[in-house]
Amino acid sequence: MSLLEIENLSLEIGDTPILKNIDLSIAPGEVMGLVGESGSGKSMTALAVMRLLPHDARADGRVTFDGIDILAAPEAAMCRLRGDDIGMVFQEPMTALNPVKTIGEQVAEGIRWHTGANRADAEARARAMLERVGLPERQFPLTRYPHELSGGQRQRVVIAIACALKPKLLIADEPTTALDVVLQAQILDLLRELVDENRMSLLLISHDLAVVAEMTDRVTIIRQGTVMEAGETARVLSRQEHPYTRQLAEASTHVPARARAPGRAAGAEPLLKVEGLTRDYPVRRASLFSPARTFRAVDGVSFALGGGQSMALVGRSGCGKSTLARMVLALDRPTSGSIRFLGEEIGARSADELRVARRNMQPVFQDPYGSFDPRQKVERLVAEPLHLLDGKPDGARRRELVAEALEQVGLAPSDMEKYPHEFSGGQRQRLAIARAIITRPKLIVADEPVSALDVSIRAQILDLFADLRDRLGVAYLFITHDLTVARAITETVMVMHEGRIVEAGPTETVLGNPQTEPAKALVAAAPDLQRALERRLVRSAG
Amino acid sequence: MSLDPVFMPAPERHVLRKALENRSFLVGLVITALVAVTALVSFVWTPYDITRLSVANRMLSLSAEHPFGTDHMGRDILSMIMIGARNSIAVAIVAVGIGMGIGVPLGAWAAARGGWTDEVLMRVNDVVFAFPALLSAVMITAVFGPGAVNAIIAIGIFNVPVFARVARAGALSLWPREFILAARAAGKGKALITVEHILPNIASVLLVQGTIQFALAILAEAGLSYLGLGTQPPMPSWGRMLFDAQTRIAVAPHLALFPGLAIVITVLGLNLLGDGLRDVLDPRLRRQR
Amino acid sequence: MTAYLLRRLTIAIATLLVASLVVFSILEILPGDPARIMLGMNASADTLEALRTEMGLDRPVVARYLSWLGGMATGDFGRSLTYSSSVTDLVLERLAVSLPLAAIALALSTAIAIPVGVFAASRRGHAADTLSMGAAQVGVAVPNFWFALLLVYVFAVGLRLVPAGGFPGWGETWASHFEALKALVLPAVSLALPQAAILARVTRSAMVEVMGEDYIRTARAKGLPRRVVLWRHALRNALIPVLTIMGLQFAFLLAGTIIIENVFYLPGLGRLIFQAISQRDLIVVEGVVMLLVASVILINLLVDICYAAVDPRLRTGR
Repeated sequence: MSLLEIENLSLEIGDTPILKNIDLSIAPGEVMGLVGESGSGKSMTALAVMRLLPHDARADGRVTFDGIDILAAPEAAMCRLRGDDIGMVFQEPMTALNPVKTIGEQVAEGIRWHTGANRADAEARARAMLERVGLPERQFPLTRYPHELSGGQRQRVVIAIACALKPKLLIADEPTTALDVVLQAQILDLLRELVDENRMSLLLISHDLAVVAEMTDRVTIIRQGTVMEAGETARVLSRQEHPYTRQLAEASTHVPARARAPGRAAGAEPLLKVEGLTRDYPVRRASLFSPARTFRAVDGVSFALGGGQSMALVGRSGCGKSTLARMVLALDRPTSGSIRFLGEEIGARSADELRVARRNMQPVFQDPYGSFDPRQKVERLVAEPLHLLDGKPDGARRRELVAEALEQVGLAPSDMEKYPHEFSGGQRQRLAIARAIITRPKLIVADEPVSALDVSIRAQILDLFADLRDRLGVAYLFITHDLTVARAITETVMVMHEGRIVEAGPTETVLGNPQTEPAKALVAAAPDLQRALERRLVRSAG
Repeated sequence: MSLDPVFMPAPERHVLRKALENRSFLVGLVITALVAVTALVSFVWTPYDITRLSVANRMLSLSAEHPFGTDHMGRDILSMIMIGARNSIAVAIVAVGIGMGIGVPLGAWAAARGGWTDEVLMRVNDVVFAFPALLSAVMITAVFGPGAVNAIIAIGIFNVPVFARVARAGALSLWPREFILAARAAGKGKALITVEHILPNIASVLLVQGTIQFALAILAEAGLSYLGLGTQPPMPSWGRMLFDAQTRIAVAPHLALFPGLAIVITVLGLNLLGDGLRDVLDPRLRRQR
Repeated sequence: MTAYLLRRLTIAIATLLVASLVVFSILEILPGDPARIMLGMNASADTLEALRTEMGLDRPVVARYLSWLGGMATGDFGRSLTYSSSVTDLVLERLAVSLPLAAIALALSTAIAIPVGVFAASRRGHAADTLSMGAAQVGVAVPNFWFALLLVYVFAVGLRLVPAGGFPGWGETWASHFEALKALVLPAVSLALPQAAILARVTRSAMVEVMGEDYIRTARAKGLPRRVVLWRHALRNALIPVLTIMGLQFAFLLAGTIIIENVFYLPGLGRLIFQAISQRDLIVVEGVVMLLVASVILINLLVDICYAAVDPRLRTGR
């Protein structure tokens, strides 16, 4: 008999249908993956099981957990279930914990509530649980506050809260999406261990097929609130019988077709040459009397990038890669070292002297929603870098240039009359690229340009980057934590760790056979659909 | 105030439709418009001439000729309230104008410059915040004697740090955004970015704050006039009318009723308008409904 | 923690110093000859000269400022011309009315506003929320001195429950204490209710905002019922913006106290300052303004300290 049985679940929020006739069941001890792109309704499915839906949501159908009819149960019964028999881990560890309560209080609270244990006993159990999730009391006393912990550590606290009472079912909603790959691997390992130890069932919600292939026994794939395909993970993901499954799988391992990178003319000066680049930030003093300290975000970085080349800068979050990108873009000043672009030093130039450099070097950022002034129309937004040209183009010429740029990124010239919020995330990233190429730059610095996008959109944007390089000969510096992006689109890669470049070379070589510890850790942790499926097939065969 | 400084806007026509569906906004708009119209009408017409005093008509109760009665000098209260509206609105407009005109550029400048400039400006703000409008008015009156200008200056000064803080907080939350980075990468300087991107994006917060401050200014003006620190007789003002009513409250309570109601309705209208504007302009708060 | 507090304390002292400079400039430098303002146009040359000497106007400005500052630091606010007594004594006598009035009003408004705000937030969208917030919306618009007039009309003129004004003094006996307290009831209520309306609105919106946070969902996922989450998790976080408003409100409360004392003829600082203005007694005005400014700064310092108590993020050096 299954532990959780979802039959014919439909959900509306206001007048918007979110879920349509969802069926899903989880047996005791089973790990079920729920896969879908953003807006597919996977989080709402989880919240329906917890009955923590927004108050204007209406659910129909049946959700049975352990013989209890969830949708019909009184609120008091649900309170008894939540945290005791069903635990939940959320996506955003930075905001999932109450900032004004200690981690000890937050873990012990559920224990006291459900078992009626006294404070000391509850704290003892909380201590044991925190120890189990990798936060031993010696380093992480119960009196710590969330802000004193990193994102990965906070997610461990959230897991401790969810698993403190050994629930029968654990729901993990994108538990690692906000974390870098190394932390992701650690958290997934922890979840797997806890599930095995306590014979819990796990509903793992993810957009990442590789993670699901790695972790789950069975998988349910949903799209726009409807189940597309469900079944044994290895079979579903290796056979890819359903067209949507195939589309997802292909998109997540997509490599753009491309011409070979142009060889660099020997002896020519590289497009971008960085030497001994360092950036220190002042750290707020712990007390008035302690000496002023600095944090070195970028530490003596040197590299060169030739015209038309594509280079990836990979590393864990907080390793300094974004700071490096901002200095290259002259948006932040180096503490020391030099950045030469087109043979000119740009490190300490005034705004006026930077015009030529800026014209030839444009950024593309991660967040397709934050990249545009919401109050301006596309024409003005895409035309913004034209400010850098010496003779400013007049109105008609400006519209011509914007139309041309929009066409190059696959949008229609008529789109220039619209506001940015009228576009989808993928389209906005196209707009960002149109803005970046309008001055015909020689270099585009792209900071995590596809990590906020769904896999299928991501594949299209990567194609666009490859295509533009072929047509315009632009060089790329990609800042990314995602090794599949680096593999898909770059010839060379640099691995950054704690402010330093620890390894650099051709992408295939470095990622295929990493030499340093940080690079090895990154490669080992990166989820890989093919590898995961092979392992799974071997396991089920043996 | 812990307002979210930056509202991400919907396109203009959606804003208009949302506004027309918002009850607070509509009611507030109607009340505010009525008060404004009353004030304007008072320039060309009032039921009675309030400069004509008449002992015979002292403290008349409500009647068809004098719907709100007459005061201790026989003047028609409705007429006085109409002219008082003109006075309240004028003081509030100038005071809020001073606050916005000085505070917003200062706040935006502090946010753009950061560092020492920001620190010094914010500390100056702290000092001004330590002087409630009433204390400024007290000092000015002690030195220069009473007058309507005192109230305007005192309220205006207190509004400066309010707008400076709101503008600064809004601007600070925008500067790290990616669209500002893109503008910087397009070679635009801090002043140009402030004009093109920062100010348009904080305009709606400033508008909401503006209506709130306008309402507060009307309350403050009434208080100062009541104390004799603001508008001076014979110019009618709502606060002064209440002062005159106070000693006669036992015999003619209507003297106190109508000027007070005029203040309450005006301030309520402005606050509703501000609440409505916030709902309309801030999709984040609407979502929580 | 200590670094944070030291920083706030330094800022408060610096603010106070600059504020004293402002007060001194407006009241002693701006008028040109403060002695002439105080004595009026008809004063004889001899009396003018005598007052100038007494006020030390013959000395350089910087020396005058410093000795004024030094005097205040030791509790000497100068001598009032009209009352012929030390400003310190005058102020202390009046504080016995103003301070209890402000304290009762503050306590009353907080005690009403926070439960109402939390309750409204917990019943968001229901009739109780709509009603209480509608009342608060009106309450915010009511000027406290008009509200005071209405209260006088109903409770003093109509029902004759309390005196319409005046203050009998605290006296020595319990009975006289009670009479004094009775005289403060209407003033305190008329100050407190409009304040409470503002505070209740802020509390509600802070609670509503906090209830949308991720950590509230985490707490709900532990199995805590909504109402428990409201009190244990939401309230403390919502206090942070509420404290900010309380700090700002204090300045308004102070101004309100001055107005309300004039409505009820209470012999407090508010009456003192108005008598001083009409008698052009700049020394008294200077002293009282400085005291009130200092109390605004002090309250804001206390608010900063409360922040640190509520929010652990301020306590560590990050």
